[in-house]
Amino acid sequence: MLRADNVTYVHRAARAPVAGSRRGAGLSGSADFRPLPGVQQVSVSIDRGGSVALLGPNGSGKTTLLRLLAGLIKPQSGRVTLDGLDVAAIGRRELARRLAVVPQETHLAFDFTVLEVALMGRHPHLGAFELEGPRDLAIAREALDATGTAHLGDRVFATLSGGEKQRVVIASALAQQAGVLLLDEPTASLDLGYQLEIGALVSRLNLERGLTVVVATHDLNFAASLCRALVLIRDGHVQAAGPTEDTLTADRIRALYGVTAEVHFHQAAGHLTVVPLGKATHA
Amino acid sequence: MPDVRRRLVLWTLAFGTLAFLAVIGAPLVGTTRIDFARVFDRSVRFADNVDAQIFFIARLPRALAAALVGATLAAAGVVLQALLRNPLATPFTLGVSAGAALGAMLAISLRLHLSLWGVSAITGASFVGSLVAVAIVYALARARHQGFSTNVLLLAGVTLNSFFSALILFVQYLADPSEALRTMRWLMGDLDVAGYAPILAALPLAAIAGAAFVWLPRSLNLLSLDADAAATRGVNVVRVQQVAFFSASVATGAAVSLGGPIGFIGIIVPHLVRLMVGADHRVVLPASALVGAAFLVVCDVLARTVMAPQELPVGIITALVGGPFFLWLLVRQK
Repeated sequence: MLRADNVTYVHRAARAPVAGSRRGAGLSGSADFRPLPGVQQVSVSIDRGGSVALLGPNGSGKTTLLRLLAGLIKPQSGRVTLDGLDVAAIGRRELARRLAVVPQETHLAFDFTVLEVALMGRHPHLGAFELEGPRDLAIAREALDATGTAHLGDRVFATLSGGEKQRVVIASALAQQAGVLLLDEPTASLDLGYQLEIGALVSRLNLERGLTVVVATHDLNFAASLCRALVLIRDGHVQAAGPTEDTLTADRIRALYGVTAEVHFHQAAGHLTVVPLGKATHA
Repeated sequence: MPDVRRRLVLWTLAFGTLAFLAVIGAPLVGTTRIDFARVFDRSVRFADNVDAQIFFIARLPRALAAALVGATLAAAGVVLQALLRNPLATPFTLGVSAGAALGAMLAISLRLHLSLWGVSAITGASFVGSLVAVAIVYALARARHQGFSTNVLLLAGVTLNSFFSALILFVQYLADPSEALRTMRWLMGDLDVAGYAPILAALPLAAIAGAAFVWLPRSLNLLSLDADAAATRGVNVVRVQQVAFFSASVATGAAVSLGGPIGFIGIIVPHLVRLMVGADHRVVLPASALVGAAFLVVCDVLARTVMAPQELPVGIITALVGGPFFLWLLVRQK
């Protein structure tokens, strides 16, 4: 179980008093007036094998929460635990064997091949000077297989399409053999076809392999198709959390984004769907 | 990474042979012709064997110095490119060489003629200068962030480079013409080390850096993803960045104080090697060190012979080869 208990993380730039901000009060839209990034007193709990989406407008704090859950930043108060262990104290290597992260986009600085990228997921399982053995190779190939990218093995990662890259990065995360997969807007830079493909892949990993999946996303339909529970975040606070069918309502969407929307259960799709109608006059 | 063990052995053997042949072959070339068989003829006493004396006393130290400088600069280039996630970074990007050059300039202009265990004051001063530059750049990179900002590192290095260059020009401006000429000559790179002592002095530093270079490569692979991706795969990112920065800086400082700021090796060699062996730093790093050694030895032979009996500074040769190569890379990189 992955839990955040009363975690607070406010970014330094936002916390520090901004010099001259009083004089600059007329300059709306300057950096001083960004919505407060970070999260305050947030608690979430994600069961093993669960699938949870973190939803909220830009700057709401969902990426901060995801980074806290991933142990990439340490909460200023409160704590994050994975199976009862404090994520901040667990050690990077040990954590990487339990929890993997897929970012929105991945750019490699050098021309690694697809198989090499998948093998990078074996890092936390190898000793300091150890080279990958046949077992690591088998695990990496199996991960590529599971994401439908085995045929790309010898291709240079940088030459792949966005959707292929994202599947290879997921394969690399799978090679870590972690029980928890955190995804930060995994489809934000992908076209519709790839969005569906990644959604189906993550859904399969959740249902068939029992991976715990946490997704921060802007795509409400993606979230509804993939996740059984939602956490709605605004201004660094949890507005609502619960099973998708109870939580994804027109009222909540209006409160969260200031947008009027219709929410239906779509028979063919098999999940709730959201049709945004326009900006609400009174958010 | 697949078959990384086999590829590592294969390429290390191939490039190791190349470097060895270059080091052994280079001393045979020169204005005075010497015969390889005579050099290793044990029936003649060393004191009477002119060929052996030319080989071991006059020319081999220079070939070894070239090999050591070439290897450390190429390896430092690989490490810094991975650290900065920028294939166009060089060992001189972070201001280390400018610091070393300033140290050497000061030693020459202040006429420090001391020497310690065969190491001249110029060599010592340039190494101290490189350390000062490293310390400044590192302090700046630490100050801005809780962790370690490679962006600040890059900007601080580039800024320090031009600042030190201005100081170098200032020192040169004040120096008298003969010293100005010596400083100019030093800046062009010179591997005429006159004996084994400077090489032996640089060796421990190169060895310290080398030990780090054995530990780093897999983490450098992961840093090519980005810092967060590396961290979530179990890399202690800040520690790796620190080790990479300091080891590459020490290697560069040692190389520059031994041979002067010889340009382009740290970028040409890693690129050529990557084209041949792929991106995996566990192969690229040792292969680059060996190719760097061979490359600089050959460049130095050219420097000695192209306009013989006049010697060209080896830095001119590497720049003449490296400049167009760098531009080709820029154009090729979309």
